[in-house]
Amino acid sequence: MGTDAAAGTPAIAIEVENLVAHYGSREVLHSVSMHVHRGEIMVIMGGSGSGKSTLLRHLLGLRRPTSGSIRLLGRDITRLSAREMLALRRNIGVSFQGGALFNSMTVRENVELPLREHSKLDRKTMQIISRIKLEVVNLAGFENLMPAELSGGMIKRAALARAIVMDPQLLFFDEPSAGLDPVVSAELDELILSLRDAMNMTIVVVTHELESAFKIADRITVLDHGHVLEIGDTAQIRSSGNERIQNLINRRPRNEALDADEYLRRLTE
Amino acid sequence: MRDVVRWLIRRSLSVLGASGQRSIAVLEEVGYLFSLFAESLYWAVAGRWLQQPVRLAPIFSAAMAVGVTAIPIIALASFAVGTMLAIQGIYSLRTFGAESQVALAIAISVTREFAPLITGIFVAGRSASAIAAQIGTMQVAQEIDALSVIGINPVRYLVSPLLLAMLIAMPALVVMSNFVALSGGALYCNLELGMPFSAYVESTIDALKPSDVWQGLSKSFVFGAIITLVGASNGFMVTAGAEGVGKATTRSVVVSIASIILADMIFSYFQSR
Repeated sequence: MGTDAAAGTPAIAIEVENLVAHYGSREVLHSVSMHVHRGEIMVIMGGSGSGKSTLLRHLLGLRRPTSGSIRLLGRDITRLSAREMLALRRNIGVSFQGGALFNSMTVRENVELPLREHSKLDRKTMQIISRIKLEVVNLAGFENLMPAELSGGMIKRAALARAIVMDPQLLFFDEPSAGLDPVVSAELDELILSLRDAMNMTIVVVTHELESAFKIADRITVLDHGHVLEIGDTAQIRSSGNERIQNLINRRPRNEALDADEYLRRLTE
Repeated sequence: MRDVVRWLIRRSLSVLGASGQRSIAVLEEVGYLFSLFAESLYWAVAGRWLQQPVRLAPIFSAAMAVGVTAIPIIALASFAVGTMLAIQGIYSLRTFGAESQVALAIAISVTREFAPLITGIFVAGRSASAIAAQIGTMQVAQEIDALSVIGINPVRYLVSPLLLAMLIAMPALVVMSNFVALSGGALYCNLELGMPFSAYVESTIDALKPSDVWQGLSKSFVFGAIITLVGASNGFMVTAGAEGVGKATTRSVVVSIASIILADMIFSYFQSR
């Protein structure tokens, strides 16, 4: 775990070592290891059932692993007390698939909620901060709408505003392009890139949208059935020799050889 | 013959196994309810020192939703129950020529039994479903996860205010229910027996001990806790989409009403010893 001598902050923002996870008795993550540098955008890619959402849930501290360690900003989240974890969460922002905005609150109340919980700022200051963040995501003027009145793209942007309201060092995206048309999706990609550039945020994006992934990623982790296939920058992944990665990139359907006897047995048993 | 015996054995073992598994599932759920109860109380008491305060405003707005908006229907039902008790009481006591004792019979049955039970059942129907639906929908939309990653404990934020609101609203509703039911009884006795209201009131006050009213109120605390916890636990456990929320809603109402009636039986037994 390297340290930045000048700032005293760890150069490795996220470190996962030999993470093993189960759903009941079924092992879904088999000794996954990876790390993310400060200020980089890491895309976690994989087919359905590859375990990328499960990995994300563990990184967010929503599930406890069977074994292994997860270090966020130098602290092992599997060993923190509730108070320490709460303090760490100020530095984490998450944008869920579908936004996960609180439907009983306005956009502004949604964005201000982390401020309300983590700070003692007065109403006016919180309003200014939430408006600043809404400007960043181009949602200025929509603060008094309810989530049900927003379009899909606006929901995602409001969720992003809520995720960055505390100026977190770590930002997580779960399928940011899900349900969005290509134009809005491209705009969101630009936002993600600008967040990294302007605020030096470390960003982890879980997605299976290839175009977005290759556009924004500094490095890519490819998962398959709970294993890490490869970790590398976009060029390395594109030129990877692994057949399953090439299938993923080139959108080739899986080629499972047909065993005639098996086929007959399945039909007639 | 041997095959029949073997089949019988296999069948009984699988039935036993299934009922065994169901019993374990029931125990698990009861255990989960108790731990949810303990956790909500923990946050209500200690939350302030752990940066997870339970705020007053949500408690009062929940009390409004659970309590105030239920007043009309509970008043109506209580009036009907009070009148019904008067009808049945007079009918049964007529055999002994003891109709004058009907005020005592109504007072005791209403305060110890019917007011908390009717209130509990109505609030269960309205609020156990509403709580399960609200929390279940949030769970499906990942709003519960969103609360967790912001650093807000979902139990502290959602369940503790509801529990405290119930503990305020239920006794208040039962007090109202007592008054309305007794009034219904008074009205019927006046119409049927010509009993003057002053006589009815005096009879009622003579018959009632403070412990009667208190026992009814203490039941209402328990019923309120049951309603909140059953609704919340079913909401948190939703996994599928809209269908899952629908199932959780129905289940909450059925389980909470059944639990209330069971708890009522147990409480009544111990209170009357």
